[in-house]
Amino acid sequence: MHETSVEPVHVHAPPQGFWRKHVFSLDHKVIGKQYYALALVAVFTGMFLSWLMRIHMVWPDAKIHGLELLSKNGAPGGVMTPEYYLSLLTMHGTLMVFFVLTNAPFAAFGNYFLPIQIGAEDMAFPRFNMMSFWTTFLAWFVLMLAFVIPDGPPIAGWTEYTPLSAVGRDAGPGMQWGASLWGISIAIFCIASLLGALNFIATTLDLRAKGMTLMRMPLCTWAWFITSCIALLAFAVLLPACILLILDRHAGTSFFIPGGLVASDRLQPHSGGSPLLWQHLFWFFGHPEVYIAILPSMGIVSHILINSMRKPLLSAKVVIYSMMSIGFLSYMVWGHHMFVSGMNPLSSLTFSFPTLTITIPATILTLIWLGSLYGARIQLTSASLFAIGFISMFVSGGISGFFLAQPSLDIYLHGTYFVVGHFHMVMGVASLFGVFAGTYFWFPKMTGRYMNETIGKLHFWITFIGTYLIFMPMHYLGLIGNVRRYQSFVDDYMSPYLWLHKDMTVAALITGAAQFLFLYNVIYSRFKGAPAPENPWNCTSLEWSIPSPPPWNNFGDRHPIVYHDPYQYGVKGSQGDFVMQDSPEQIIASGD
Amino acid sequence: MASTVAPAVQSAPRLGSRNGAVPVSFVGSSADRASRSGIWVGIFAISMSFAAFSSALFVRQGTPDWTHIVMPSVLYLNTLLLLASGVTLEISRRSLTAATLIESDHARRARIWLLATFALGIAFCAGQYIAWQQLRAAGFYLATNPNSSFFYVLTFIHVLHVLVGVAAIVYLLGRLMASHSTFRRSLFENTAVYWHFIGVLWIYLFLLCLVKL
Repeated sequence: MHETSVEPVHVHAPPQGFWRKHVFSLDHKVIGKQYYALALVAVFTGMFLSWLMRIHMVWPDAKIHGLELLSKNGAPGGVMTPEYYLSLLTMHGTLMVFFVLTNAPFAAFGNYFLPIQIGAEDMAFPRFNMMSFWTTFLAWFVLMLAFVIPDGPPIAGWTEYTPLSAVGRDAGPGMQWGASLWGISIAIFCIASLLGALNFIATTLDLRAKGMTLMRMPLCTWAWFITSCIALLAFAVLLPACILLILDRHAGTSFFIPGGLVASDRLQPHSGGSPLLWQHLFWFFGHPEVYIAILPSMGIVSHILINSMRKPLLSAKVVIYSMMSIGFLSYMVWGHHMFVSGMNPLSSLTFSFPTLTITIPATILTLIWLGSLYGARIQLTSASLFAIGFISMFVSGGISGFFLAQPSLDIYLHGTYFVVGHFHMVMGVASLFGVFAGTYFWFPKMTGRYMNETIGKLHFWITFIGTYLIFMPMHYLGLIGNVRRYQSFVDDYMSPYLWLHKDMTVAALITGAAQFLFLYNVIYSRFKGAPAPENPWNCTSLEWSIPSPPPWNNFGDRHPIVYHDPYQYGVKGSQGDFVMQDSPEQIIASGD
Repeated sequence: MASTVAPAVQSAPRLGSRNGAVPVSFVGSSADRASRSGIWVGIFAISMSFAAFSSALFVRQGTPDWTHIVMPSVLYLNTLLLLASGVTLEISRRSLTAATLIESDHARRARIWLLATFALGIAFCAGQYIAWQQLRAAGFYLATNPNSSFFYVLTFIHVLHVLVGVAAIVYLLGRLMASHSTFRRSLFENTAVYWHFIGVLWIYLFLLCLVKL
């Protein structure tokens, strides 16, 4: 056979023209920034919706000027209807879970930094990568269409529970076309995420630079890799579920709709379907999704903490193995979302056990972070503050998970604000703190400019205190028996605690407003920030060995060779107390 | 996958290009290894999707309104067609392994057998269409009963996957026919892996629809 081994010169040619450079770019860095921008739009939309919900909840008769323009039926004269509250709830959850918590820590940062951190020029399949972003964008666009159609967004919540999500018009406003848009949007999102996950896995397995063994990958690379393995399984199950849901809605099938179901006084023409089947399929995706949101942030936070402490973690290996076992266990626990679904109590017990087991690797991770922080002389930058804030949120939100994991307690707590407080802290805010930390940390690399530290720290303190003020009381309200998904609590048993809800609304308004500091900081620093050198934080991983911002082909014509573990801090190196991964120098242990 | 590797080939120098005589492959680059991983990861994800469909089917089989329908007879023929296409693709693949240049007897044989695979693939899709027609004629529509619902859904999505494979084969045929193009054999290998997977998947789905547990 004619054996010719010719390395392709470049994965793709240098981008030419505006469209190739900025819109339909094959460059993983541009795609990462596009994901980040989409997540920013989605997170501000979602936050705005939460403002509207919180205001309506405590002042249900309040006239919000301009709201009638968003929906004539949903907010006649600017006063929100109870159904429209549920519409906003659905859109808030869907936007935040799919387009923020999946896109920002995983797709955005992963796309930008995973190839660079392993010394690759680009992702394995740049065209798939471009497709997965634009498919995600299409999914977002289809979802947002729900706001402008006369029917309005669906009212079934982000879990879109059957059978009511499957029967259409009879289930209420937004359930005719809004819910269809939801299903189509999420199906498209699944395809995009599958393409993305495939790309991440192939890239990590096969495009690592010489010397970059698996164990020499930085912790965030590991986190993205494990996350992509989880995403591959999870979205591969949600996609069929969405297809079956769409068929139930539009093709007259009965996968999820039982016989004899009456909605809005009309007997639904279906028979024999299983509403629980949707819950099983959905949560088989839904629980791993929680880890798709949080694992990348765990990796990012570890990466940043090590850099700010100038010393390695107690054990990086244990961090990797803990993240792996969290990923593995995440597939055995979906039933803990269904303790009150009428499932066999024995099944509940079977799901409760692995759920409690997850707390072991999670606790190990926390102890490693805290143990490493103990006695460390940490540099308090905006990035490291948010990293520490992440641990705080993870612990505070995680501890309530112990209670919810037990069926007997969950039966009481499941439908209350306890759950709302729990998942907002541990999944939402914690994961976002990882994103904030990553933004402050990597901004100089992505743009060649520093972010403003003063505004950054102000942003941190308002956000940190604010999120505790919003979500901590939810736990207590839940214990009192405050039901979730209700549009307001004015004239009922909750009226003695209305002041607390009002305080939380004020806290939400202030904390939300503080996010505009962040937005301002990002936009201002992008153009006017102080110029940053190649390696401003004296970090060891490969992304800091190339110019800021990196050129289109990352390493130019250089093929990086990796000599060291990712976290050689606290050693005597030629550049200071650290040795870069691609530096061939010998490491002499200092002190000890 | 096809469009992914193409640009790399364009930028690679053409070796031994004389009168359209082009070497059959560049071997062993990391991009080749990545596309090999990619196809297996993709197969894993597709399997997972069908596992989800299967578990939905098992749940639904347990409900009282399940009626088991008799499968259209043309499906047996379709199964044979798809199995045969696996064999022709394998003959083509092995001919190409022996080929060194695009303009050789081995490469010509690879082209003919690949064309046969393409024809069999299209015939399978047509056969599935006939099966749907037969079911409709017997009064079984998508929403008639849970078994027919699953049958239409599973076979339709499987045919979509077959069409992706057919598209890859068409692309390969184009590369093999054009005398001035370079050719990346890993693409052929990956298409073969995918095509065999589609065949195995069909046998699984056919058994799933045929047998009631």
